[in-house]
Amino acid sequence: MFVYKIMSASNHTTEQKKSVVIMFAGDSGDGIQLTGSQFTGTAALFGNDISTFPNFPAEIRAPQGTLPGVSGFQLHFGSVEINSPGDVCDVLVVMNAAALKANLRQLRKNGTIIANTDGFDPKNLKLAKYPDGVNPLTDGSLAEYNLITIDVTKLTRNALAGSGMGTKEIDRSKNMFVLGFIYWMYNRSLEHTKEFLKEQFRKRPELIEANVKVLQAGYNYGDTTETPMTRYDVREAKLQPGTYRSIMGNQGVALGLIAAAQKAGLTLFYGTYPITPASDILHELSKHKNFGVKTFQAEDEIAGITAAIGASFGGQLGVTASSGPGIALKTEAIGLATMLELPLVIVNIQRGGPSTGLPTKTEQADLLQAFYGRNGECPVPIVSAHSPNDTFDAVYEAVRIALEHMIPVFFLSDGYIANGAEPWKFPTSADLKPIHVKYAENNLAEGEKFHPYVRDEKLARPWAIPGTKGLEHRIGGIEKEHITGNISYDPENHEFMVKLRQEKVDKIADYIPAQQLDSGPEKGRIAVLAWGSTYGVIRSALRELREEGIDAAHIHLRYINPFPKNLEAMLRNYDIVLVPEINNGQLVRIIRDRFLIDAKPLNKIKGVPFATSEIKSKIKELLGA
Amino acid sequence: METATVKLSPKDFVTDQEVRWCPGCGDYSILKQVQTVMPEIGIARENIVFISGIGCSSRFPYYMETYGMHSIHGRATAIASGLKATRPDLSVWIVTGDGDSLSIGGNHLIHLLRRNFDVNVLLFNNEIYGLTKGQYSPTSHEGQVTKSSPMGAIDHPFNPLALVMGASGTFIARSMDRDPVHLRTILARANAHKGTSLVEIYQNCNVFNDGAFEVFTEKASKKNETIFVEQGKPLLFGENNDNGIILDGFTPRVVDINNTSVNDLWIHDENDRGKAGILLQFFDDPKKEHHLPRPFGVFYAEQRPCYEDLMQAQIDQAVTAKGTGNLDALISGKNTWHVG
Repeated sequence: MFVYKIMSASNHTTEQKKSVVIMFAGDSGDGIQLTGSQFTGTAALFGNDISTFPNFPAEIRAPQGTLPGVSGFQLHFGSVEINSPGDVCDVLVVMNAAALKANLRQLRKNGTIIANTDGFDPKNLKLAKYPDGVNPLTDGSLAEYNLITIDVTKLTRNALAGSGMGTKEIDRSKNMFVLGFIYWMYNRSLEHTKEFLKEQFRKRPELIEANVKVLQAGYNYGDTTETPMTRYDVREAKLQPGTYRSIMGNQGVALGLIAAAQKAGLTLFYGTYPITPASDILHELSKHKNFGVKTFQAEDEIAGITAAIGASFGGQLGVTASSGPGIALKTEAIGLATMLELPLVIVNIQRGGPSTGLPTKTEQADLLQAFYGRNGECPVPIVSAHSPNDTFDAVYEAVRIALEHMIPVFFLSDGYIANGAEPWKFPTSADLKPIHVKYAENNLAEGEKFHPYVRDEKLARPWAIPGTKGLEHRIGGIEKEHITGNISYDPENHEFMVKLRQEKVDKIADYIPAQQLDSGPEKGRIAVLAWGSTYGVIRSALRELREEGIDAAHIHLRYINPFPKNLEAMLRNYDIVLVPEINNGQLVRIIRDRFLIDAKPLNKIKGVPFATSEIKSKIKELLGA
Repeated sequence: METATVKLSPKDFVTDQEVRWCPGCGDYSILKQVQTVMPEIGIARENIVFISGIGCSSRFPYYMETYGMHSIHGRATAIASGLKATRPDLSVWIVTGDGDSLSIGGNHLIHLLRRNFDVNVLLFNNEIYGLTKGQYSPTSHEGQVTKSSPMGAIDHPFNPLALVMGASGTFIARSMDRDPVHLRTILARANAHKGTSLVEIYQNCNVFNDGAFEVFTEKASKKNETIFVEQGKPLLFGENNDNGIILDGFTPRVVDINNTSVNDLWIHDENDRGKAGILLQFFDDPKKEHHLPRPFGVFYAEQRPCYEDLMQAQIDQAVTAKGTGNLDALISGKNTWHVG
């Protein structure tokens, strides 16, 4: 990937690179996520395109030094368009032996290893299950890599000698030394992290000073070390003109919900129960009470959604969120909201399943749950996000549909999107689509009765909120008579209502944009149809294939129920439709069922995203190329 | 809260829906008392919401000419929490049964109580599952023969109000379907209380558990088997109010007032948490020898901040500290960069 080499004034060389993938790995207590996100912020502010993938263990503090305790943060940044965190790493930063062992297979041949030698003492080697007497740093087994060893612990202690701090506290700054060194290696400013430290330790100025000192020491170490090293120059990316910020997926969901509530002029009520990987939305929303946001940490998942239904009944924006196991618990209440025909957004940040499954790993295996997973005939619209910088717009759409169509809406994201970060060309509030909310008014003639289930052209019923004189009415989960909403067990009415509720969902297709082609030809041999977090890797794979002369189309869905009206016609323009998913084949079933199109699945169920190579080779296989 | 501009009558709270409880059901009386007390309370109909779960009692909202929701089993308390959190201006009433609130909805009930939303809970206790046609409930007594316990229930029952106190309920009361005057008084008190008011109402299911409470409701036994507590008054009961209760340390004892000075009797103080706790333990099986009479009335009332007010206070505090939220500032965040 490098273009040229120049000798710097010192004994170091500088290489220019279009993109680099760095993996930071260490104990979950080593501050790896912080280190990774700091480098991300700095790279983003510099103007690189970025994509990140934090990968942490399910245990908060698994036994130190062990393989299950390894926490990782993968960062792909570049001067070119970056769509995924990268298949393989160029640089692997390891704080201990376990981190090396767990991640070495992710490193490309000739890649760089930066190892903290202190994490390779006999105790750590044993915990990482290396055989007695084997140390990979010294036994030559890493010969095909560029190995840089640094005694981070010692150098950190040296930097803070005489600070009066205890060894334990000093050692907590080790990650800052590593970060400083990486900043040096990629020639980055320390300012963003210094600002962060000032904010973080506002109440403990001595810690600001100590961490800045260690950060600087790491940087200086690069400058002064006599070992010849290569520095890398990764220029700004040519992103579309505009103003950018860095955004994480769950953060985008939180901001999108607040924005939608503000545009609709409603109070956002967020009823939820903590669950990985959705809890960060709650954390973010609870910081923004000055927007009138009401966060309700309920006693359980069911209370989370039913409280949100209560808020919607009262005329506000009820939202609930969870991950698969919690969504399963909310199922009955989603049916209630469907019968009540009240607006509600159900956020599912998917993770590996079934049951507790793989709580910290990603999967797209709850699509069928969203599509079908309720008792009775209970269709629910589904909107999905495809990347961290897409969550804001996608959840905003989910809210718009819920409010304008008086209906509960599923919003699907996943752990990979939730914790990943990207640059985001954010909108201004004025750019946002208006959301039309109209409460029912009392225009009844004398003696006329209010009917809660009359419908408008969208088949939406009126939102008659408590406090409106003369519109008192009762609604419930029992089947109701068309128009009056009275309890009805009439067989004809039930069939009519079931079909009406389906038609109401189908009608949303008239109010969503037509499906666009993400890339590739409008007609041709093959189209890749996908949804959710496979977006970036498919986009990268197809770009690489195009460079090899294979032109495949990419269709990426945001609206899954109902589908955009033009989707079927689009799909029929290709001989082959390939549906890659991080599950055992879910969208592909729906497509086959709905359109009788012989779509082909490509599935991966390993708790991690696809690699571009996997997408590419499947396409080549199907094309016989 | 908005009061009704025109004086309403109980009829104004009757809907056009046919009431579908079994003839002779205790629910009819409760419905009547609620419809009667509503105009006295004086809140406008549009500002009242009745929310129920599932069960016989949960049909209640259909019969009240107010806003209402007949929801799903056990969740009325949670739905009401979300409604009250966002609409503190409304008068919210939860209608639930012993199965709905103490079995499937037990979790939501205790959390509603500790949060102390300003809502009213009417817990219709008939010690049976009626709508599913006669299985034992969490308040059925040990040994009770029902469809699902032909050899007698082996579950130990809840003492519902002791549970309510354990969950930090701020208004704890008991009444019965067969004493309309008492029930109306208690309903009015529940409404007046700021915080979660829980009223357990003994309700006869004449089809599946007829006579469960008749020892408390029938003339022949009522005076000896019940004790109606009133604030500041001694605990007296019996045919001619000739029995009283004294507190011997922490132990309540029945005394003959002809042998005891009235000054030694237990004087009811609904603000005394310790004594309320003892009162709530008057829960003996009336068939047991030397049992205590079953108390009715308001046992405990406490002023504690309500969740919805604390929630709003934090919002106000955040607005004071940071100003009203600026959406563009929120979307852009603190660190941005320009391209192009």
